[in-house]
Amino acid sequence: MNNIIIKDLSLAYGEKQVLKRINQEIEEKKITAIIGPSGCGKSSLLRCINRMNELIPDAKIMGQIIFDKIDIYDSNTDVTEVRQKIGMVFQRPNPFPKSIYENVAYGLRINGLKDKNKISETVERSLDDCGLLKEVKDRLHTSATELSGGQQQRLCIARALAIEPKVILMDEPCSALDPASTFKIEELMVKLKTRYTVIIVTHNMQQAARVSDTTGFLYLGELIEFGNTKKLFTKPKEKLTEDYISGNFG
Amino acid sequence: MQTTRKTFRENMKALEKELICESEMVSVAIDRSVNALKDLDVEKAKKVVNDDININKKRWEIEEQCINLLATQQPVATDLRELIAVLSISTDLERMGDHAEGIAKIAIMHGNKPLIKPLTDVFRMAEKSTDMLTKSLEAFVNRDAEAAKAICGEDDEVDKLYDQVYRELLSFMIEDPKTITRATYLLWAAHNLERIADRVTNICERIVFLVTGTMEEIKTSNY
Repeated sequence: MNNIIIKDLSLAYGEKQVLKRINQEIEEKKITAIIGPSGCGKSSLLRCINRMNELIPDAKIMGQIIFDKIDIYDSNTDVTEVRQKIGMVFQRPNPFPKSIYENVAYGLRINGLKDKNKISETVERSLDDCGLLKEVKDRLHTSATELSGGQQQRLCIARALAIEPKVILMDEPCSALDPASTFKIEELMVKLKTRYTVIIVTHNMQQAARVSDTTGFLYLGELIEFGNTKKLFTKPKEKLTEDYISGNFG
Repeated sequence: MQTTRKTFRENMKALEKELICESEMVSVAIDRSVNALKDLDVEKAKKVVNDDININKKRWEIEEQCINLLATQQPVATDLRELIAVLSISTDLERMGDHAEGIAKIAIMHGNKPLIKPLTDVFRMAEKSTDMLTKSLEAFVNRDAEAAKAICGEDDEVDKLYDQVYRELLSFMIEDPKTITRATYLLWAAHNLERIADRVTNICERIVFLVTGTMEEIKTSNY
């Protein structure tokens, strides 16, 4: 088992406490959804898992996140290695202003891969895994910015997959997409979980209910409830969860 | 805490009213069908048969509204269980209406031939079943799982009465085979009432699920 173990994790931006002593184990090769009202700390929690919050100058992080038997916050841990193992996809598709091919090949090259055949093979495989190869195989060398929003987002996922991570973090990956593109990404997530651990932050509760195996509800920086998605959406344990998912506040 | 789902709550309230309306239609149908049999009143029985169409229509209306709410409001947790409870109770009520229609059809078949025995116990079965039905809808409105469980216990009384009627009618048939047809009619009527009470226990189980989130078969005795 290669679960992500979050131990006593707290996060503050300056004086503002954003996450309060989170303790939770996230199972591997499952889709875990994090839900909660705006500003509850969902994205901050996600960004802690691959040390993205360190890019914010006054962020203070306490606690541990254990993955692959190491504490990712240990001073000896190589942050690049962490982000290679734990990839991320953002709310708005952010392809590089390069060709479709180069977008996926870029990460491979900076990781030291020089063999052109191997690079091509990995680019094609990653695009295929994201269901994009069929749609773009005749224009691999055209600009990625010409793709539709949904295609760009799948390209970003392909880019993350190319460097063979073990975990994929997705921060509102469908919020800028139309319903058809959203369903494609959701189908892709379900396909990916056979090989990767997927953690998704979403505002869309139906999306969390549709795709995830496990759901966590965050409120004011605290993890109120975490458990089986079907149970959480039919019989939540906590009144606060019930009120939030039923739309009674938020 | 301020409720932001005003539309959903209003729709659910309206649905609850429709469900109570359906249950009242069913209570009237049971009462009329048993009276039609007692009074050998074929016209009254025909009215029950005709009116069953209205119960069926009411059920379709409720189902349609439930489907619309599921599609447009995507309820979860208690809201979802509430909606599923309405859908399921409405189906049980519609089937109870069919049982009442069944009794009315028996009254039509029986015609004006004299009854082989007074309908005392059959009447008590009808009274008990409709009383259970009324109380079960009260338990639904009050979200009272304990009351729902207690109502299930009352099903035993109906079962005992049915057993009594069954044995009595059997003795009539053995004593005088000429009574077989009429005795069988009454037996069918009693059987319909026994099934009605069983459907009330289904409603009660649904109420327990709505309140607790757990599906359980409520078995109060081994009768």
